[in-house]
Amino acid sequence: MAATMTVDQVKAIEDRHPQIFQRPAYKRFWPLLLIAGTVLYLAYALWFFSLPQVLRESHWERLPLFLSQWISYDLQPEFRLDQPEITPKYPRFSALGENPNPDWVIKNPDGTYTVQIDGDAKSVTFDKTRASITANGVTVPIALTGGKPVVTGPVPDWMTVHDDEIVAKMGFAGEVRVTVDRVKVRKRFLGWANFVFDTRSPFFGKSAGEVFSLIVSGPELKPGTSNLALAADNIWNNAQWQHGDVWTKLLQTIVMAFLGTLLGGIVAFPLAFFAARNITPSGILSQVLKRFFDFMRSVDMLIWALFFTRAFGPGPLAGSAAIFFTEIGTLGKTYSEALENIDDKPREGVLSTGANGLLVQRYGVLPEVVPIFISQTLYQWESNTRGATIIGAVGAGGIGLKLWEAMRTNSNWANVFYMVLLTLLVVFIFDNISNFLRRRLSRTLHDYNRLQAERS
Amino acid sequence: MTSATLHSDTTRQQADAWRRQTSLRRFYTALCVGLLLVAMCATMWFADEANAGHFFDRLPHILDFLSWLIPKDCNDVWRALFDIASPNDKGTQEFNFPLGRVYIWGGFYIPEYFELMLTTVNVALVSTFIGFVFAVPFSFIAARNLTPSPILRLVVKRFMELLRAFPEIVIAGLFAATVSIGPVAAIIAIGLHSIGALGKLFYEINENIDMRPEEGLRAVGANWFERVRFADLPQVLPNFMSYTLLRIEINVRISTIMGAVGGGGIGEELKLSISRGFGAKTLALVLLLFTTIFLVDQFSAWLRRKLVGEQAFLMSA
Repeated sequence: MAATMTVDQVKAIEDRHPQIFQRPAYKRFWPLLLIAGTVLYLAYALWFFSLPQVLRESHWERLPLFLSQWISYDLQPEFRLDQPEITPKYPRFSALGENPNPDWVIKNPDGTYTVQIDGDAKSVTFDKTRASITANGVTVPIALTGGKPVVTGPVPDWMTVHDDEIVAKMGFAGEVRVTVDRVKVRKRFLGWANFVFDTRSPFFGKSAGEVFSLIVSGPELKPGTSNLALAADNIWNNAQWQHGDVWTKLLQTIVMAFLGTLLGGIVAFPLAFFAARNITPSGILSQVLKRFFDFMRSVDMLIWALFFTRAFGPGPLAGSAAIFFTEIGTLGKTYSEALENIDDKPREGVLSTGANGLLVQRYGVLPEVVPIFISQTLYQWESNTRGATIIGAVGAGGIGLKLWEAMRTNSNWANVFYMVLLTLLVVFIFDNISNFLRRRLSRTLHDYNRLQAERS
Repeated sequence: MTSATLHSDTTRQQADAWRRQTSLRRFYTALCVGLLLVAMCATMWFADEANAGHFFDRLPHILDFLSWLIPKDCNDVWRALFDIASPNDKGTQEFNFPLGRVYIWGGFYIPEYFELMLTTVNVALVSTFIGFVFAVPFSFIAARNLTPSPILRLVVKRFMELLRAFPEIVIAGLFAATVSIGPVAAIIAIGLHSIGALGKLFYEINENIDMRPEEGLRAVGANWFERVRFADLPQVLPNFMSYTLLRIEINVRISTIMGAVGGGGIGEELKLSISRGFGAKTLALVLLLFTTIFLVDQFSAWLRRKLVGEQAFLMSA
């Protein structure tokens, strides 16, 4: 046997499979045309969105900063040097509460202050005349007496000298800004500040054990209310994290998806029977209903949401109504398609016993389609739970609007992350419930199909 | 005891058992429906309580709300759509149609709303493209039967799940703050979501392929890329295309909504127009949006039918 094929053999194979070796030109070249078209379109899109310019003007350095703010918070003490005595001042709503006395701000015996940003390795020590910043193994002395801050010696690359200010960046840990009349420190901590109790709460600053013993056996912190009720109230109304509001809004999102999908299903259910080609009493009615379903779907959830927000005011009612109207279209379409695909034999059987129209549907059609209907509805419910978040941002209620507002200020990324985590959790739970139920249903459906097959 | 009575006894027992079973089943069904009804009423009450305006207070005013929507001069809808000057223009924003013209060449212009609609559609197309380009390789890694490494498969699968579940508006908000407010942030957000959504569908298709061509190629010593390229891709490409087209339909809708929250495009204009009560402009926008979504749906359905036949429309239970 020859190791290579002869020309005749190759030709014989080509002749045997003309559909592979002699394809018409348009079939051979359409992938190439498709790719060329895509490339041309992308070039157009590049120009259309003026992408090079947008990318040039974007601030990518903000991205890691924002992402780090998702899981961290900072404290920004400021030290005035032009007062008689140097005292640290904290912003009004600082995470440390009203009496901040952190152990990383040290008043030395010689009257200087030391602020440890990352232990002693990254710190700043200063008095009214001079400051010295330590980071990355280098200590840089700064003189503050000459009307503007002056670095003595070489300037390391992590330090920027402006006209009247010196900025020392210390990476994730924070930064120091020095001018002649003030020293500003930003120290970053990993974690979420005051997640349970805010600074106004009497439980603020206490350890979990202390809080627990107070709740179990402590004296009433606020006369007339039990400590347990007070703690719950303080957590629910935490000013910074707004647990109560966030959870209520989350519930609104869930309710919007549930109510919209359920009502959509209830309305679409009877309509689907009149829209299904094989069941409808009149072909015109079927066509009209199908176009109606198309219309409800095509008008789009956004338009419905905007209209209902105007009609009912912002809130979950508007969101539910928007999902409801879209779902009439979507579920009506899928229901009627399911009805059109049924096996006609059970129906004919019931019909032959002389049953009336309603009974034929009940015993001849319903057992076959109900699992499919429920499965489709669950699937829509699942995807609407996701969609309800985004529809909320236009004013239709729920967590979406809250998320959008928290993001607009660009300063509340930890709250955003908190809400994102909750949303992910909800989506995860609902996905699993819906998947579990649908698996159960598909088993029933599968059994039904198997019985059908065995019988025939 | 005769065999006849015995027989009737078993029959009766069977009938009883059957009756018990059905009554139990009916009880469960009734319980489920009852629970669902209670939940429905409770959630309706909750939604109504939490809303700014209440259902029955607002119901009589639904028609007032429609009254601004119906323009006094029906021609204004066309004028708004094509940016033609309206005789009703009194210098307000309601009828300043010609101001939005986007001049291309001399006196030739694209009407503002068409330009905005084009932006929205382009956002959808580009983000679907991003989704497709990343989802295809990811789907080969995530498919149980094709994966080069089980650990990599798990990582890619979890990553895609995260992308799918992550709320798009958060990604959009994050990139609006870093890149710029507008369509580019929307593209990134929808694109990332599409990677997750398409990737899941794609790897499920990959797991159901016929493995014989793959085995054949393995036997002649083909490497992973060659096996995927010549054994798997030809089988799944029509289905991939079909799902991608479906994704385009969905993405057009999402990019409209993204527009309304600052992503540029027609959504933004629609939101402004409805909140200010500009009847003619709103009708023009709704008409344009409706027609576009309808056409995209129809075109995609036609193409999908050509690609994979009726399979594109079959429902799985």
